Amino acid sequence: MLYFSNLKIFSVLTVIIITLLFAVPNFFGKDQLETFPNFFPKKQVNLGLDLQGGSHLLLEVDTEEIIKERVENLNADVRRVLKKNNLNYSNFKVSNESLKFIVEGFNSEIQKEISELSMSNSQNILAMGDQTNLIITQEENTVQINFTEEFIKQSVSNAVAQSLEIVRRRIDELGTREPSIQRQGSSRIIIQLPGIDDPDRIKSLLGQTAKLTFQLVDTSVNFDPFNPSKAPIGSEILASDADEEFKYIVKKRIMVGGENLVDAQPGFDPQTNEPIVSFRFDRIGATKFGRVTQQNVGKPFAIVLDNKVISAPVIREAILGGSGQISGGFDSEEANDLAILLRAGALPAPLIILEERSVGPDLGADSIEAGQFAAIIGFIAVIIFMIFVYRYFGLLADIALIINLFMVLGVLSLFQATLTLPGIAGIILTIGMAVDANVLIFERVKEEIRNGSNMMNAVENGYKRALSTILDANITTLIAAIILFFMASGPVRGFSITLAIGIFTSVFTAFTFTRLLISLNAKRLKPNFVGLSKNA
Amino acid sequence: MLNISGTQINFLKVRVITFILSAILIFLSIGAFFVNGLNFGIDFKGGTLIEIETSQEIEISGLRDNLNTLELGDVQVQEFGSSKNLLIRVEQQLGGDQVQQDVVQIVKDSLGSYLSTDINFRRTEVVGPKVSGELIQSGAIAIFVAVFAMLVYIWFRFEWQFSLGAVLALVHDVILTIGVFCITQLEFNLPIIAAILTIVGYSMNDTVVVYDRVRENLRKYRSKEITDLLNLSINDTLSRTIVTSVTTLLALLSLFIFGGEVIKGFTFAMIWGVIVGTYSSIFVAAPLLRYLDVKREWNTTSAVDSTR
Repeated sequence: MLYFSNLKIFSVLTVIIITLLFAVPNFFGKDQLETFPNFFPKKQVNLGLDLQGGSHLLLEVDTEEIIKERVENLNADVRRVLKKNNLNYSNFKVSNESLKFIVEGFNSEIQKEISELSMSNSQNILAMGDQTNLIITQEENTVQINFTEEFIKQSVSNAVAQSLEIVRRRIDELGTREPSIQRQGSSRIIIQLPGIDDPDRIKSLLGQTAKLTFQLVDTSVNFDPFNPSKAPIGSEILASDADEEFKYIVKKRIMVGGENLVDAQPGFDPQTNEPIVSFRFDRIGATKFGRVTQQNVGKPFAIVLDNKVISAPVIREAILGGSGQISGGFDSEEANDLAILLRAGALPAPLIILEERSVGPDLGADSIEAGQFAAIIGFIAVIIFMIFVYRYFGLLADIALIINLFMVLGVLSLFQATLTLPGIAGIILTIGMAVDANVLIFERVKEEIRNGSNMMNAVENGYKRALSTILDANITTLIAAIILFFMASGPVRGFSITLAIGIFTSVFTAFTFTRLLISLNAKRLKPNFVGLSKNA
Repeated sequence: MLNISGTQINFLKVRVITFILSAILIFLSIGAFFVNGLNFGIDFKGGTLIEIETSQEIEISGLRDNLNTLELGDVQVQEFGSSKNLLIRVEQQLGGDQVQQDVVQIVKDSLGSYLSTDINFRRTEVVGPKVSGELIQSGAIAIFVAVFAMLVYIWFRFEWQFSLGAVLALVHDVILTIGVFCITQLEFNLPIIAAILTIVGYSMNDTVVVYDRVRENLRKYRSKEITDLLNLSINDTLSRTIVTSVTTLLALLSLFIFGGEVIKGFTFAMIWGVIVGTYSSIFVAAPLLRYLDVKREWNTTSAVDSTR
């Protein structure tokens, strides 16, 4: 075990040196790294949000809303088809995921018609191919219509993907530094925002669906804004955005929706100097808007955002140019944010914030400093203790420990793993535990010597005998680290990463590097080198 | 020169005492668990945590009274490392995930108007009911899976008797660690789960080293009385057990003293776990083997190998 061929020596040293090279960039500033030659690794350890400061948000797409909306659309489709075919229906029930009603004369023709209508209305949501999205069951005169599970799944999945895209656009609009936006599981989104420790503005931007519609105000009924009567069929009562108590009665039919906007910019009204948002419709939107305004001159229309009326101006003349402006008593930041929301588009469903973790830059810096200091002190303590116990061999183990520490740093940089505060704790724990492999070996060597072996044989056998113990002992810790990795997220996951890397590097250095050092000195080894007194 | 090698301490002789000691500690832990319960942090209980740093010292009780007028339920204010660093905890609000978000703004506004000093918001954490429920579940599952994985691994590498002994020792360590958190009422949060998992790994590591030696000695001394053999094995590995525990504790102590307030709980759990884990591999795991009827005939190939 002590003999190393030159090739082995070469490969051990190469592995170590390469790993160490990857650790080097961490000791230089970004500008200094620029001056390094191209072949030189330049990646630094990725600091977690808890160390560099930043904000972590976990959002969930409200999938129930999506299903509800789909069922509502289906509801409208089915009624339309039934009406068109002059079928009288009764006991119409809308539940969470299905429709149920009693009708006479329901046949396969009508069934087909419903399917086709629903399919064509869903086509723009997702491509299902020829697959049907409905399950229609009929028992005598009772008809039940459900969506297929596949369709529900697809709808949700699509809505989440779409939400992800819109969240990305909204955050990008704010010019955040290197945000990370990822999907997690079936309906969640994780947002990491380095450098942002007060995510209030982002939270409020993400908290709005930003569904913009233009709807006519229903002027057919007398109406007290503070004490509204019931809305007639085809109209709805909506509150004002500025004053919750003030209500409007607007027609449900949407003139134009936010999906027809191509641009929105914040600005100021040249006359009143009030902050406004000016917008432009696409061709379809412009045509629709032009037609409705032409037909309704003199009547008010409502600009509705997320079911709240921002303003309800009176149409003075037909608006044919396809552009307009919204004023609603905003300040300039609100106007700016509204423009961002309109440009980025509406979310298909509301987002719910499940978790927020924000760390200010000071705390992060303090943590790094404290972690570094603790590492150095712990390191020195372990080094002294090892020399105290194992003398010369202890010194060799210490050299290995230093190498080990830099290797952990190198591997972290190489794989761009994230270093977190618990991760630093993992490294410090590694300092304590990394010597274990060497301790096991040295203890074996001592034992062999006490049993009468000469030094060379003792070292030889020490390594041989300790091998399986070292593997068993480290595999148990590794199992714990792996379980932790899969169970945890965020900072705690960083701990499992450094712990696992530390296990690999410490076993590696014990079996290659320390052994190499010992073998290079093999001829001069004496029992007191391993901490045994000469007469032991 | 430190030399713990070649000791001949009769560990098995005190096994009745240590078993009783362990039983008492386990009893206390379980009792504390049901009487005090764990002091769950917001990771598991949901709610809001805000750490602030102020330019002047703040009178805590006044601030607490002020925050308690906000009708946010239970609000705790405590010093965090220094008298200018404060930790504010607000309990989870009724009404689902979305409502929790408002708390931060309410507290921040209130702090701004109540305190006349500069306030630096160092940390803000809001955990809703959905996530906290999941975290506690996945934390518990992780610990079970870890213990089970150890059981299988040791079974695979040794024999079922060893596996059972090791896992009993492991459960002992986990119970005692959770127990110390019940008794001290230190906050139990996500990093503590990580600490417990690491303790599971570490304690197992210690136990495996002793067991490895037991197995080796079983092959070597076929007719030795089991009690003597276990004693011999513990003594053989004692030096290593102590050295590794000391180095690990040195590193952890440094982290505990200098590593900052945020990971203090985590480090405390680790330190406790290393002590308990070391104790249990010597005084619980190894002596247990005496009662578990370990097999003395190992397969022939390895037997031949070890009879030299």
